[in-house]
Amino acid sequence: MQTDLIQEARRQAEICNACRYCEGYCSVFPSLHAEREFSDGDITQLANLCHNCRGCYYACQYTAPHEFDLNLPKALAEVRRDSWESFAWPQPLARRFHTHGGAIALALVAGFALLIWAIRAIDSSGGEGFYAVLSHNAMVAIFAPAFLLPLFSIAFSLRRYWAEVGGQPIQLADVTAAFKRAGKMQDLAAGHGEGCNFEDEDRFSQGRRHIHQAIMYGFLLCFASTSVATVMHYIFGLHAPYGFWSLPKLLGVSGGILLTVGCGGMVMLKQKSDRELGDPSAWGGDIGFILLLGFVGLSGLVLYVLGSTALMPALLAIHLGSVLTFFLLTPFTKMAHGFYRLAALIRDAQRKRG
Amino acid sequence: MATQMEAYDIAVIGGGNAALCAAMTAAEAGARVLILETAPKPYRGGNSRHTRNFRCMHKTPLGPLVEEYSEDEYLSDLLKVTGGKTDEHLARLAIRTSEECLPWMEEHGVRFQPSLSGTLSLARTNAFFMGGGKSLVNAYYRTAAGLGVEVLYEAAVTHLELDGDRIEWVDYTHQGQTHRIMPKAVIVASGGFQADTDWLTRAWGEPAKNFLIRGTPYNRGVVLADLLDQGVDSVGDPTQCHAVAIDGRAPKFDGGIVTRLDCVPFSIVVNKDAERFYDEGEDVWPKRYAIWGRLVAAQPDQVGYVIIDAKSLNLFMPSVFPPLKADTLEELAAMMDLPADKLTATVAEFNAACGDTSAFHPTELDGVATSGLTPPKTNWARPITEPPFYGYSLRTGVTFTYLGLKVDDRAQCSTPTGKIKNLWAAGETMAGSILGQGYLAGFGMTIGTVFGRIAGREAAAYAN
Repeated sequence: MQTDLIQEARRQAEICNACRYCEGYCSVFPSLHAEREFSDGDITQLANLCHNCRGCYYACQYTAPHEFDLNLPKALAEVRRDSWESFAWPQPLARRFHTHGGAIALALVAGFALLIWAIRAIDSSGGEGFYAVLSHNAMVAIFAPAFLLPLFSIAFSLRRYWAEVGGQPIQLADVTAAFKRAGKMQDLAAGHGEGCNFEDEDRFSQGRRHIHQAIMYGFLLCFASTSVATVMHYIFGLHAPYGFWSLPKLLGVSGGILLTVGCGGMVMLKQKSDRELGDPSAWGGDIGFILLLGFVGLSGLVLYVLGSTALMPALLAIHLGSVLTFFLLTPFTKMAHGFYRLAALIRDAQRKRG
Repeated sequence: MATQMEAYDIAVIGGGNAALCAAMTAAEAGARVLILETAPKPYRGGNSRHTRNFRCMHKTPLGPLVEEYSEDEYLSDLLKVTGGKTDEHLARLAIRTSEECLPWMEEHGVRFQPSLSGTLSLARTNAFFMGGGKSLVNAYYRTAAGLGVEVLYEAAVTHLELDGDRIEWVDYTHQGQTHRIMPKAVIVASGGFQADTDWLTRAWGEPAKNFLIRGTPYNRGVVLADLLDQGVDSVGDPTQCHAVAIDGRAPKFDGGIVTRLDCVPFSIVVNKDAERFYDEGEDVWPKRYAIWGRLVAAQPDQVGYVIIDAKSLNLFMPSVFPPLKADTLEELAAMMDLPADKLTATVAEFNAACGDTSAFHPTELDGVATSGLTPPKTNWARPITEPPFYGYSLRTGVTFTYLGLKVDDRAQCSTPTGKIKNLWAAGETMAGSILGQGYLAGFGMTIGTVFGRIAGREAAAYAN
C-alpha cells in the first residue's frame, strides 16, 4: 500500500471527524465517526465503502481554495485503487490495467486472436450451431479455467483485504445487510434518497445510480443466462442452440441490452463529471473497462441477431474473445470493485452490529 | 461608470442564507432580483457556509425534530443567554415563524438529517442540514436560479445612496469596473463587520488583533459602515459579538466548526501565567462555549491553555489538530510555554480541592465539584493525575458582530426621521435587533431565514 495516499486520506478523515456535517450522506461517515484514530486498515475500509457519490465534496466548507484542501472522494478513490492493486494476485499483473486503458484494449485484441486461433486449430466438425465453429468441449476447456482462475485470484485478494480491515467471522445477517445495501445501491442515493452529485456539480440526480444498476443487473442476468444453460446442458441434457423463449435466451438478451445501454450511459456520464473528484490516474483504465464490458454485451446481442448468417463464426470469435478477456482481467480491472464493495459492506454491517 | 436604469426590481446585497431566502421569496412574488455577492463562487454563502442547523419551534415532532419545543421554552432559552437583552416582540416573531420555515426550506431544496453524533442534546431543538450549511447554500442557489434570480459573484457593493427616505442607487465593483444600478428596492443581507480587523480593534481595543475569525473573510461591514455613516438607525453594542473559544492553532479566517474544542468541562483552563480564571464545569458545554470566547479575550495575550489527562481524552469530540501530549506536566508546560512550577502548583492545588468523584458523569451536571477553591469547578471536577497529559491552546473566535441595522417587524430599516421606503435588512446585519448579547446555537440561521423571507416579501410588495 502507498503510505502517502493513506496518509493524505487520514489527514482528511481527521478533519471530517471534527466536522461531521456529512453524517447522513452514506455509509462512510457513520463508520468514520465511530473512530478517533485511523489505522491503515480503517482508511482502506473507508475507501472501499466510498462509492464516489461526491455529495460530501460539494457540501464541504473546506474544499480548495480553503487551506484544508479537502477532496475526500478523490483521496478515498486513490486509496481504493491502490488497495485493489496491492491485494491483487499475482502481483506482476496488479498495476497493469487499472491505470492503463490501452493495456485493456491490447488484452482484448489478444483475446480475439486466441479465439480465432482456437477456432482454426480445433476440429469442431459434427457440432451444431455455435458448436460447429468451436466444439462444446473446446469452449469448456478454455472458459472453465478462464472463469475459475480469476475467482481464485479474487478470493485470495479478499482474504488479504479482510485481514487488513480487521474483519470478523461472517454471520448470515452481515451478508444479508450488505446485499440489501448493494442491491439498492443505497450509497449512491445519499441519505435523502435523491441520488449523487456527478454529472452536474451539486445537483442531486439518480442518473449514475440507475445506470450503474443497469450495468450490475445486466451483468447478473447474462451470468444467470450462462449458468442456467450450463445446468440445462449437463443436468437435463438440453443442448444449445436454444430458442428465444428459453430461459438462457430471455435472460441473456435482456441482460445484454441492460449491459450495453448501461455501459454506454456510464461512459457518457463520466465525460460530464469532474475527473478531479475521482482517481484521475485511473480514468483511462476505468473507461477502458466500461467499454470492454459494454462490448461483451453488445457483441453478444449482435451474435444473437446475426447468429444464423455467414458472419456468425467471426462474430462468435469476437464475442467469445471479449468474454475471455473480461474474465481474465476481472481481478485487475474495475470489475474487482464489486467484490471489494461487498466485502466492505459486510464489514460495515459487522461494525454496526457491534 | 456603467449605469443601468431599473433593470432589476430588487438588489440583494450578500449571498448567504438570509440573502437567498429574501431573493427566492421576492422572485416568487414576481420581482426581478439581482444578488450581489462579494465572495467568489467557491466561497459564496457567507457564514451560512459554516452553519449546520437552525433552531426551530415545533408543537409536535417535525421533520428531524423530536417531541415538542414550545414558543415559551424557546424564548426562555434565548432570554437566558442574552441576559434579558432581547427585543421580545421580534424574538417571538422569529420563534413563532421558525415552525413554518422548516417545510418551506424543504420545498426550496434543503434536506435535513438526524442530529449529528456528539450533538444529542440538540435533537429536539435544532434541525440539522444534511451536508451542513454549504449544501443548504448550494440548494438555495439552484432554486434561486430556477426562479430567474441573477447572481453576480465578486461584486463588492461600495455605496448605497440614501436620499431622505429612499435609496436612490447602488454602486458596486465587478471585474475591475464600477457599476451603478437603480433598483426599486434594496435588501441588505451582508453580515457583520468581524472580518475587518481594524474596525474590530477600534471597538474592542488592541486585544482584537489576536482574535480569530471563525467564518468568511468577506464580511467586512462595508455596506453596514456606509449606511451607518448616512444616519441609518443602528442597534447593538460594537463590542458585542458571538465569540467562542476555539483551538488556538486555527487559521485566522474560515476555520469553521472543526476548530471548536469540547474538552473544557473535563479540563482545567489556565492563562499564560498558569492561573485558572473561571469555573470550567459551570454547565454543559453547549450552554457555555459562547461565553468562553469573551473569557479568553479578557486574559493576557487573549490566550488560554486547556489541560486534561489521559482519562478524559475520549470524552469529547475529536479535535481537528491533535493535542499536545507529554508524560509530565513540566514537559507539557514547556511545550506550551507556560511557567512549569506555577502550572504544577495550580494543578496540585486543583487536585487537592477535588473530592469524591464516584458520581462523575460526562454528559450530565454531575455535581462532582471542588471545595475551597477559587474559582471553583462545580461539575466534572476530577484530579488531573493520569499521564500522558494533553494540552490545547484556546483563542477567541469571532462568529459575527452584533452592531447592525435596526429593523422593525417587517425587516424595514429607518432613520431618525422615519422609515426608509425601499430598504430592508436580514440576517447577521440586523441580528443585533434581537440579540443584545450572548448566543443560542442555531438562532442565527433562524433569524436569517425568518427575516430574509419577510424582507423578500415586503420588498417585492413595494417593488410591484
